[in-house]
Amino acid sequence: MRQQNAQIVRDPAWRRRIVGTLIGLLLLWPMLVASEFKPWILFDEQSLNATAHFLADFLAPAHSLDFLRLVAVNTWQTVAMATAAMTLAIAGAIPMTLLINERLSLSRIGTGRMAFIPAAVRQLVRWLLVVLRSVPELVWGLLLVRIAGPGPTAGVFAIALTYCGMLGKVYAEILDSSDHFATRALIVNGSGRLNAFLYGAMPEAAAELVSYTIYRWECAIRGSIVLGFVGAGGLGQRMDESLKNLVGGEVCTMLIVFVLLVAAADGVSKMLRERLA
Amino acid sequence: MQLELINATIRHPGANNAAPALHELTLQVTAGEQIALIGPSGAGKTTLLHTLACAIRPHDGDYLAFGIDPWQMNDAARHALRKRLFLAPQTPPLPPRQRVVTAVLAARLPQWSLWRAFASLIKPSDPRAAFDALARFQLEDKLYARVDRLSGGERQRCGMARLLVSTAELFLVDEPLSALDPTLALATLAVLQEEAATRKATLICSLHQVELARRHFPRIVGLRDGRIVFDTRSDALTDAMIANLYAGREAATPAPPDLTPAATVPDVPCF
Repeated sequence: MRQQNAQIVRDPAWRRRIVGTLIGLLLLWPMLVASEFKPWILFDEQSLNATAHFLADFLAPAHSLDFLRLVAVNTWQTVAMATAAMTLAIAGAIPMTLLINERLSLSRIGTGRMAFIPAAVRQLVRWLLVVLRSVPELVWGLLLVRIAGPGPTAGVFAIALTYCGMLGKVYAEILDSSDHFATRALIVNGSGRLNAFLYGAMPEAAAELVSYTIYRWECAIRGSIVLGFVGAGGLGQRMDESLKNLVGGEVCTMLIVFVLLVAAADGVSKMLRERLA
Repeated sequence: MQLELINATIRHPGANNAAPALHELTLQVTAGEQIALIGPSGAGKTTLLHTLACAIRPHDGDYLAFGIDPWQMNDAARHALRKRLFLAPQTPPLPPRQRVVTAVLAARLPQWSLWRAFASLIKPSDPRAAFDALARFQLEDKLYARVDRLSGGERQRCGMARLLVSTAELFLVDEPLSALDPTLALATLAVLQEEAATRKATLICSLHQVELARRHFPRIVGLRDGRIVFDTRSDALTDAMIANLYAGREAATPAPPDLTPAATVPDVPCF
């Protein structure tokens, strides 16, 4: 009886968790050193002066009508870039997600093993997604600005390529971690795989897929701003000019616009999640 | 012969070193038969149903469904074969956030193109069929309710309504009455048997209600520890055979059963 008690009290996962945490902390230290993380240089005299000057100007947001009109046009361009890029990214990500989803494998049913060719195709698509998302959108942007010339086109494609890789991966993970019971039951009863996916997995995963997609749209807006700095148009390009001229007021106005955009994305996401929950 | 298991030994995928879930089973089923599958928990009833549904490949021995060995066919042909059967798991496989009408009409998915399936998500393509099926279980007022608003018993009958809407000719039903009160259980079983009889479909049904099985099924298969203990006409089934089937279950396990999860829930790794 005592032995049995000891068996119950000893959680088999406990030791693994402790060791995992310790290893994680050990690895964190050299990373902090390697990244030259030195927060105190923010507080030397020269930095403080520059900051104070910029902040004084920054506190009065620019609000001349001309400037606001310019910001509105550029905001619209930025949102349009992000939306177009997301549309392309989603169009690419959905087929790849479906391809790598192991729960839709027919050869796996009953044997627990996937046949060689389907397994190879899944692995290849997975690698393609890795390649797509391992190149940052900024690098894609620089490359595409060379090819397509400066302007929003380069920005749209740059974001679409990277985000396609990210969306494909995360969609696949959301679907993998949702409950497969319903999908599997439909497949075992002879339903087509995509049909089973629509009726079995989608109802449960839809809210999460939508909220992740909108979060990525929010990221795409930020991304298109960054790409503006390398010549892809939109708010980023304006921001670049204002920062170079150290016009704090203009920077402030544009930052306010960023915050509003992100808040709007958050609101849309919340509303859709409530609808789908 | 519609279904034939010949010396089939079944192991769960990924559990090749564990003891097999079913040992050298031989079973023959002719079209239109109604068979009750009884036996203690963990006897292998669910595994047997999954094997018959081509959802688990026999490790050893043969299985012939509709006269053909599904595991000699390629994936696509075997999948086409699955359209002819309907496996209803014990827990109804209905997504909680789906509407009942959609969940019931999902039985038609094997016949639907992707486009039709998609369109039916937006506007149910044959709500009448779902309504009629639900009405046979007194659930017609739940047609447009969401699955997570249903009680356990309602969900279970909703799963049976899906079976009625399917076009299968072989029903493999895993404990369809486990969440129902005795009156509902009787009515539900009657609907299942009636439906199987009218469309001349085969019905194989695992049950824990031994008396119900004896009274309503012409043939009873008793399963214990992965072996068929008896396979008999129900009028030839004696109380002694049943006592023997369930014998020693209480005495043999003095320790709380939770301590040996691997032994008590062999069906989990598969689903």
